[in-house]
Amino acid sequence: MEISLTVNGERRTHEVEPRLLLVHYLRTVLGLTGTNVGCDTSSCGACTVLIDGESVKSCTVLAVQADGLDVTTIEGLAPGGVDQMHPVQQAFREHHGLQCGYCTPGMVLAAVSLLAENPSPTEDDVRHGLEGNLCRCTGYHNIVKAVLAASGQRVAP
Amino acid sequence: MIPASFAYERADSVEGALALLAEHGDEAKLLAGGHSLLPLMKLRLATPSVLVDVGRLDGLSYVVDGGSELRIGALTRHHLLETDPLLRASCPLLAYAASQVGDPQVRHRGTLGGTLAHGDPASDLPAVVLALGGTLVVRGPGGEREVAAADFFTGFLETALSPDEMLVEVRLPKTGDAGWSFQKFNRRAQDWAIVGVAYARGFGVGLVNMGSVPLRATAVEAALASGASAGDAAAVAADGTEPPADLSASVEFRRHLAQVLVRRALQEAGV
Repeated sequence: MEISLTVNGERRTHEVEPRLLLVHYLRTVLGLTGTNVGCDTSSCGACTVLIDGESVKSCTVLAVQADGLDVTTIEGLAPGGVDQMHPVQQAFREHHGLQCGYCTPGMVLAAVSLLAENPSPTEDDVRHGLEGNLCRCTGYHNIVKAVLAASGQRVAP
Repeated sequence: MIPASFAYERADSVEGALALLAEHGDEAKLLAGGHSLLPLMKLRLATPSVLVDVGRLDGLSYVVDGGSELRIGALTRHHLLETDPLLRASCPLLAYAASQVGDPQVRHRGTLGGTLAHGDPASDLPAVVLALGGTLVVRGPGGEREVAAADFFTGFLETALSPDEMLVEVRLPKTGDAGWSFQKFNRRAQDWAIVGVAYARGFGVGLVNMGSVPLRATAVEAALASGASAGDAAAVAADGTEPPADLSASVEFRRHLAQVLVRRALQEAGV
C-alpha cells in the first residue's frame, strides 16, 4: 500500500507492506536510525516518536496507520545539528540526563510530549509522565531534573 | 517481531467498516488504536488475514452529556478520557482509571472501545464499565443493539460481539459526587494490574484479573447492601472468583490482594 506522511517536516511517500512497523519504516526505509528498538513489546519506550505531536511507541504502530500524519523523530528536533539542539536536549546535556544514551531519543521525545501537555509539571508529574520509558543507567534522577529544567523551572545543579 | 502478513483496509465510516467485516467474515479484525491487537499479532498469537482500520473514524471520539447518562464514543482514546472535563466531573472513576492504563504513549493510542472489545480480564477499563453497570452499543448488519456490560464479557478475550459487529458507543451512569476508588496493584509502573478494583458507591465493585473475564465482586456488593462494614465486606472479595496463577502472583496471593484492595477502595470511597 502507498503511504504518504510528513517526517520531520518532509513529505515522504513509499509503497509499504501493511505489516511494516513504523519503527522499521523510519529506520530501514528512511534511514533515520536515531529511533532505537529496545524491547520490541511496547514496554521500554526506546522507540518513542511523536505522531501529530503526541508520544507513541513506534514498535506498536503500523506504518500504514501513520499515513497522512505528521511524525517527528529525534533527528527532527535538532535539524541544525548539535549547535542548535532542542531545549529538552540541551537540558539533558546540562543535567547529565543520560549515560549510555540508548533510551535518550525516546526519553527526550516522551519529555517533549509531556511538556506540550503540561508545561509546568511537578517532579511527580514528570516521574509519572515518563513511566513509559525505561532507563537502565541513570536511576532517572537527572532525567527528571533535565525535564524540570527544560520547563523553565529552577533545579539544583 | 513482525506480524504475519495481512491485507489492510481503512474504513471511512461505520457502515464501511461493517461492509468490510461482512465481506471478510471472521478472518477480519477491527483495528482501533492497536495497542492490544498489534502486540498479539507481533507474537503471532493473533493472525487475522484482514485488518479493518477504524482508527480514523473521528466521529466516534467523544464524551457527551446524554441527559441521565454519559455517552462515550468507542474510539475515544484513553488520553482524552483522562483529561475530558465532563468525564472528570460526571464519572471521575473512569477518567482516573483511564489515567492508570499503561503509560502516556499507550494512552495516546489505545481506545475505550478497543480495550472493551479485546475483553482482557487484566485490562483496567472493562472492570470499571462493569462496576458502573454500563451499556455497550453495538452495530451490525441488522442494525443497532444494546448489551449490558454484565452480558458483554463471555470468556477469556471473548465478548458478545459477533465477527460482523462493531462496538460504537458506551453509555455510563453519571456518578456525580458519589464516593469512588480505583485500586491497581502492579510491580512495574506501566504493567497490567496483578489485581485491580473499581468501585463507585451506589453502583458496584469490579475486579481486574481475578478470573477469565472481568468480574463483579457480587459477594462484596451483597454484604454492602446488608450494611456490612468495609472490612467485613472486603473479607469476601475473592468469593466466587477463579484468579489465574502466573509469574506475577499465585492464586492465593491474588485472593489476598483482592481483599486488601477492596478494603482500600471501600475506605477511600468513604464506606
